[in-house]
Amino acid sequence: MFSVRIHGRGGQGAVTAAELLSVAAFDEGRHAQAFPTFGSERTGAPVVAFCRIDDRPIRLREPVMDPDAVVVQDPTLLHQVALFAGLSPEGYLVVNTSAPLERLGLAELVEQLPDGHVVAVPATEIARVHLGRPLPNAALLGALAALTGEVSLDSVCDAIRDRFPGHVGDDNASAATAAYEHVRTAAVGPARA
Amino acid sequence: MPFQEIKLYQAGTFVAGNRLLDPEQRSVQARTGRSNSLTSGHRACQGCGEALGARYVLDAAMRATDGKLVAVNSTGCLEVFSTPYPESSWQLPWLHSLFGNGPAVASGVAAALRATGRDDSRVVGQAGDGGTVDIGFGALSGMFERNDDVLFVCYDNEGYMNTGVQRSGATPPGAATATTKALGPEPGNVFGQGKFVPLIAMAHEIPYVATATVAELRDLEYKVEKAMSFHGARYLHVFVPCPLGWRAAAADTIKLARLAKESGVFPVFEAEHGEVTEVSRIRRQVPVEEYLRPQGRYAHLFGDPGRPDVVARIQARADRNIARFGLLGEGDE
Amino acid sequence: MRSQLEGSQAVARAVALCRPQVIAAYPISPQTHIVESLSDRVRTGELAGCEYLLVDSEFSAMSACIGASAAGARSYTATSSQGLLFMAEALFNTSGLGLPVVMTLANRAIGAPINIWNDHSDAMAMRDSGWIQLYAESNQEAVDLHVQAFRLAESLSVPVMVCMDGFVLTHAFEEVDLPTQEQVDAFLPPFVPQQLLDPDDPVTIGAMVGPEAFAEVKYLVHATQVAALDEVPAIAADFERAFGRDSGGLLKRYRLEDAETVVVALGSVLGTIEDVVDSLRDDGFRIGVLGITCFRPWPHDEVRAALGDATRVVVVERAFAVGAGGIVGQNVRDATRGLPVVVQDVVAGLGGRPITRTSLRGLFEDVVADRLDASHLHFLDLDVELVQRELARSRARRRSGPHAEHMLRDLGTVASGTPHGGG
Repeated sequence: MFSVRIHGRGGQGAVTAAELLSVAAFDEGRHAQAFPTFGSERTGAPVVAFCRIDDRPIRLREPVMDPDAVVVQDPTLLHQVALFAGLSPEGYLVVNTSAPLERLGLAELVEQLPDGHVVAVPATEIARVHLGRPLPNAALLGALAALTGEVSLDSVCDAIRDRFPGHVGDDNASAATAAYEHVRTAAVGPARA
Repeated sequence: MPFQEIKLYQAGTFVAGNRLLDPEQRSVQARTGRSNSLTSGHRACQGCGEALGARYVLDAAMRATDGKLVAVNSTGCLEVFSTPYPESSWQLPWLHSLFGNGPAVASGVAAALRATGRDDSRVVGQAGDGGTVDIGFGALSGMFERNDDVLFVCYDNEGYMNTGVQRSGATPPGAATATTKALGPEPGNVFGQGKFVPLIAMAHEIPYVATATVAELRDLEYKVEKAMSFHGARYLHVFVPCPLGWRAAAADTIKLARLAKESGVFPVFEAEHGEVTEVSRIRRQVPVEEYLRPQGRYAHLFGDPGRPDVVARIQARADRNIARFGLLGEGDE
Repeated sequence: MRSQLEGSQAVARAVALCRPQVIAAYPISPQTHIVESLSDRVRTGELAGCEYLLVDSEFSAMSACIGASAAGARSYTATSSQGLLFMAEALFNTSGLGLPVVMTLANRAIGAPINIWNDHSDAMAMRDSGWIQLYAESNQEAVDLHVQAFRLAESLSVPVMVCMDGFVLTHAFEEVDLPTQEQVDAFLPPFVPQQLLDPDDPVTIGAMVGPEAFAEVKYLVHATQVAALDEVPAIAADFERAFGRDSGGLLKRYRLEDAETVVVALGSVLGTIEDVVDSLRDDGFRIGVLGITCFRPWPHDEVRAALGDATRVVVVERAFAVGAGGIVGQNVRDATRGLPVVVQDVVAGLGGRPITRTSLRGLFEDVVADRLDASHLHFLDLDVELVQRELARSRARRRSGPHAEHMLRDLGTVASGTPHGGG
């Protein structure tokens, strides 16, 4: 089982990201489960969403306490929320930032994770370019696909287009692709993905 | 027709006998083939205004719908006296669910009739004042604002008579009930409380709102038939004296209903889409005292020394109705 | 067709496949996505001819369903929590009148303190309302139970509540195999009402009944529920033949062969429990799970048979009878009366607190080792020290103020962003 925890703020689409990830895995013939931590719908409030992916049916209903990957949609959460609680020592980390991870105070954490398991992605900037709006969701999914290989970029893009028909889906798929390429090609942070 | 076109003043009434009318103008009750929707043998008290009102309302609605009618009833006197197990006085399909949900149940019936392709059948919901203005009020407002195809009829006897004459939101000021007894410095129900739901119904701008009394039964029938000519939410508020709860003579039901109208205590009018369209004018104005005196619930106002100040406040309320609705207009009714 | 769907969407689609004729609903979290989706389906014409009433309250929602069902329409609503309690009077009325309304209950806690998260306090509070209660373990089962619920309701003229854990299932995206319209049409015949408001054949429904026959009318309500103990498995068997899936029924037996210890539970926590039981089995513990799918009517004989060989039973339930103890546990004790088995009640997952594998494993290890005192009601993961600090505060000052505020301040809880914030 591969489990992912996505941290964001209300309105940034953390829940949608987890759902899209589950759809991408499902489309690849795997079993997947996505669910949010549930609260009142308040824009800007911290939000967490989860996704589990497995080759057999998933019965487990507890929140993801020991994620294999953590995605941080909003770096301003870093000092508010226990973002990395339970993160596996072999785990992956995707952070939406255009700043070096060291400047976010994450050097120590980065040291603890294996080389190539941590990536900083300027997902908001990528989104501005491809969508004209600062919605980092799709880009972060592209980055996660590139970093972990749990799902393919094609599946991610299909899930995005399926959810958002028309140019919105196409633009988001472009953002995902750009972030995917960014992780695959660029030197990001101390670890090279 | 709301009022008979010929005038024949008989002893003690202002109503012409049917036998003097053209058969086509006779009331529904006077015709052969009336449906007797609420048939005889029920357990209502002598002189029950509600039983009288319900009988006229439903037979008129049955005539207007050619017998394609379903009735929904909230809990209350009407439901209890008409269906003591294993008997039923209802000769039309009739459903009773709860005290506070009559309007919503009626909405459900109307929806089902539409959904099952039987919308030639129509729905009447009925309740007392408690089931309408108090516990069922939220559901009533919901039915109104959705403009569901329901005629809802409130038989207003101004209190919770079924449970032993307690105050409702329709109990008038000054009236003694089991929970507003003639005790203390302000005997009876207090002034400045209560509500007149016909005006609230009008605020929903539903197609048709009317008030009526059991003193003018042709007018009542007319309003039912008119209501059934509209689709959407309609509201009929019928003033029905309760000899038991009002501590009045059973024989005075019609008289009290008439005096309520003639004193201005109860305004009789029609409204369409939120605007008053017709008003039943007072024929021979009487002071409220004439209406109040025969009722034991107001006895504390007329003892020695009595409470002329309270009577004056009740008169002022009636005068306000008269001014507000133009009840003393130029008409010759 | 298999799809990756949100639970609420899956259930809305399943309900739509059952061709309801009247839907009346009032929004409450976490039921909202279900009734929103059904509204879409009525507006787009997918649910042609269905009347959708946007009512003023849950009380009106159930009341409209009562009227619609009595007038011959297949009627449906959905609610949660406070909404179910606001319907309470109408729930008893529906069952007393014998009207086959089907309702989805997205299970949620009951306030105060106000709490929008999952537990079973709502359903359990209405367990004696005369409604059949079926509990879904997964969204697949929620879908399947709705299809079965309409058939069950209409075959016995009894209202049926399908309980699915709020948020945990309603908001979970997972794989669901949705039946086709043709399959559902073949399984679920058109509604033929047992009683009907019909101007051509007028009947009085809802007459007053005095002492001379009230008990007999109520007995029939009970007898109908008892009949459901045969009808529920029969319909589940039919469903399996038609859809090729074992879904529904009275009970779910998991690794009960030779089990000395049996965990009894309802709803979505069963999956987590099964995972824990697998790991305990791997370690040599003889432990199994009995899932209760049909809680009302209570399958007394079937539960007794299923637990006949156990020596320890631990009931994990998401609600409790304040001042008394476990609710499901009381029923299990009744079913096992006279058998040499100890039944323990453990309250877990109240108000959305996650029920974790770690906590369950610890609990089951205690049960297996007979370390759990059977004379007490147990609360999984209860913060005993927090409770004690608040009790001390209350003792210290008469006007000590509201408990909930004190305890939140004590915890320093502000944000819901930690992994422990949800369930």
